[in-house]
Amino acid sequence: MTPLNLLAKPWIWSWLAASAAFGLTLGLTSGRGAGELAYAALSFGAFAAIVGLGQMLVITLGPGNVDLSIPATMTLAATLALKAMSSNPGTAFLGLGIALGVGVAAGLANYALIFLLRLPPIIATLAASLVYQSFAIWSNRGLRIKPPAGLADFATGRFLGLPNVAWVGLALAIVVWVVLERTVWGRMLLATGQNLRVARLAGVPVELVRATTYVLVAVFASLAGYLLASFSGGAALNMGAEYLLMSIAVVVIGGTSIAGGNSNVPGVWGAALFMFLVVSMLNSYGAGAGVRNVLTGTIIIAIVIAASTRRVRA
Amino acid sequence: MSDHENALIVTLDQAAKHFGRLRALDGVSLSVAAGDCIGLVGHNGAGKSTLVNLINGGLAPSSGTIVFSGGDTAHVAGVRSVFQELSLCPNLTVAENLKISHSALKGPGWRRSARAEIRASLDEIFPDHGISADAQVDMLSIAQRQMVEIAIGFAPRGTQARLVILDEPTSSLDEGIAGQLLAHIRRFCASGGAVVFISHMLGEIFKVASRIIVLKDGRIVDERASGAFTRQGLVDVMGHVAPESAQVAGARSDPGSEILRTAQGLAARKGEIVGLSGLAGHGQAEALAHLYLSRSSAWRPRKSPEVVFVAGDRPRDGVLPLWSILCNISISVLQQTARRGLVNRQAETAIAAEWKSRIGVRTDDVRNPILSLSGGNQQKVLFARALASQAPLVIMDDPMRGVDVGTKQDVYAMIRAEAANGRTFLWYSTETEEVCQCDRVFVFRNHEISAELTGVDISEEKILEASFAMQEAS
Repeated sequence: MTPLNLLAKPWIWSWLAASAAFGLTLGLTSGRGAGELAYAALSFGAFAAIVGLGQMLVITLGPGNVDLSIPATMTLAATLALKAMSSNPGTAFLGLGIALGVGVAAGLANYALIFLLRLPPIIATLAASLVYQSFAIWSNRGLRIKPPAGLADFATGRFLGLPNVAWVGLALAIVVWVVLERTVWGRMLLATGQNLRVARLAGVPVELVRATTYVLVAVFASLAGYLLASFSGGAALNMGAEYLLMSIAVVVIGGTSIAGGNSNVPGVWGAALFMFLVVSMLNSYGAGAGVRNVLTGTIIIAIVIAASTRRVRA
Repeated sequence: MSDHENALIVTLDQAAKHFGRLRALDGVSLSVAAGDCIGLVGHNGAGKSTLVNLINGGLAPSSGTIVFSGGDTAHVAGVRSVFQELSLCPNLTVAENLKISHSALKGPGWRRSARAEIRASLDEIFPDHGISADAQVDMLSIAQRQMVEIAIGFAPRGTQARLVILDEPTSSLDEGIAGQLLAHIRRFCASGGAVVFISHMLGEIFKVASRIIVLKDGRIVDERASGAFTRQGLVDVMGHVAPESAQVAGARSDPGSEILRTAQGLAARKGEIVGLSGLAGHGQAEALAHLYLSRSSAWRPRKSPEVVFVAGDRPRDGVLPLWSILCNISISVLQQTARRGLVNRQAETAIAAEWKSRIGVRTDDVRNPILSLSGGNQQKVLFARALASQAPLVIMDDPMRGVDVGTKQDVYAMIRAEAANGRTFLWYSTETEEVCQCDRVFVFRNHEISAELTGVDISEEKILEASFAMQEAS
């Protein structure tokens, strides 16, 4: 592969942007703290990458498909899982099972609203998220339950120098990549996203594909919620809030087509790292909150333009 | 026709309209004068709509001239058209819809004048119509909407209607209302107006037209006073003379067992090629889509589909535009060769290579994007997608659009061979010649089957006869 071909890959732009932000931050400290910064980016980026992978699958389904219930699903899954574990040792897998169960239930509920009531996904998932959030408030009642010590150690620990959560995010990315590139289901998802009617007429079970996709995104969100709560020492009612826009931003910056039918797994990880690094870069340059938001928005627009114009020419 | 010279409204001289290589209208000379009522007939694709759009100024001619004697443009000359596809805004009232095509109507109180004008026009054409000028259009029935549209066409709208073109105005009207319209047309022409009347109801044409013009393949093939035509003569002039070669199909000596019968009456035997014909938009495509959807599932993945679909409307129904030729061919057969849910890429490549050579897709590499192919070659890919499966029933929705003659012959031969192997084909085509190659033909009219033809009965004349409402006039 020649360098020019590489530039035509939409995912390269999020990685270039992430590297630039990394370099500029280290420019201030003349290289000190590179390891710490990379470690933090991988830790925090992992959560964005996990929810982003799910959101990417939904967005691949085509225009209008998006899951806005990710934050509420994360919160509810984390809350119920921590409550069930109630800090007891040896309950980590029980908690994981409960979190994933919440994900499956939320995904099925979302899709039921979309399919049975013919609601646009944006409305259905937003409305459902209010319900999930209320469940979380109701069962949480202001308690802050600590995760079991073993689980907390795992979530904050490292393996071969990389954060464990990053390993989880990386493994999921590889699984999603294989599913999209090599499986029949992945082909069906991509066909459905290009044109639902064409896919249906070509014999693709489009409703099955859509249902499994909405379940998958919710399961990814609940897994991210479970890990995030374990990582940060407990579930909080607003723990998912920033992941609403984050999940969509990493998909778009990562080079996945908003028009559907085209996914980009490596781009999601690059974008997740970038989203963390750009904030820490602006922080270390002493930008205030307002300036930081304006610059972050501008940079995102610039990357999306760069990635999309490249794709047209390719 | 001697008094035509003094009150001409529009004159076409060798007017032609080409869309790319397609000659929609190929040199038409025609004049319409006050008092004329012209019946315009011809099969689908004969160029009727193009001719209407030239006369009303919607299209500019590629060559030749169009002269309006009452002004520079069709609008100033008082030329109006009423289309078959309802063109009212459904969210506005009847009076507001009049305003859209009546630019002089403005200032405070325009609603009052609009109401009065549309009410007067409706009262004049359709006495006892029962339509309120303040009714919102989407609350009206289809027939009422058509009536409103006709009334707007005849309304003065600031000037005066001198020539009104009616394209299938009675298709959604019942006998009584249609009679009122025909009576109004006669009154309108008697008082110096002119009408161009397009209808597939030949009886109506004979009732109202003073002159009948027959269009075929973009040319006027006959033009006479309506008294000089007989009904059968008119049908004969419209149709082609069927070439001898169209008879190759013949009757099958060995009919298989019946594998399909729908509530609508559509039936097919194993190994049979069943044609669907009739005028475009009379329910053939809907019947096929409905049949496909009812025999396949949006939930259950199947290893081998029971039925496959070849789309004619490629962007809407067929092509997956982001993908390669390879992926476009294999999407319907992936599950046949898949192992544990994984795509068997060797088998996939083999299938694509086999069909590339069998059906002659012109590309050097099947991994090229599908959009790099011409329309005809994209269509071949869609054929390959369907035929590569083992589905016993193949549904084809006018699949030969944009396909060149050579390819058509290849595909006909392939369909014959597959049918001989026991596959059943349901084939809707707007080209009557293609339908004549089938073993059995169902002719659709108004979303119902109006005739079932077999064997030697399958001829262009018989199909045309069943497409048009012949019995109406008898």
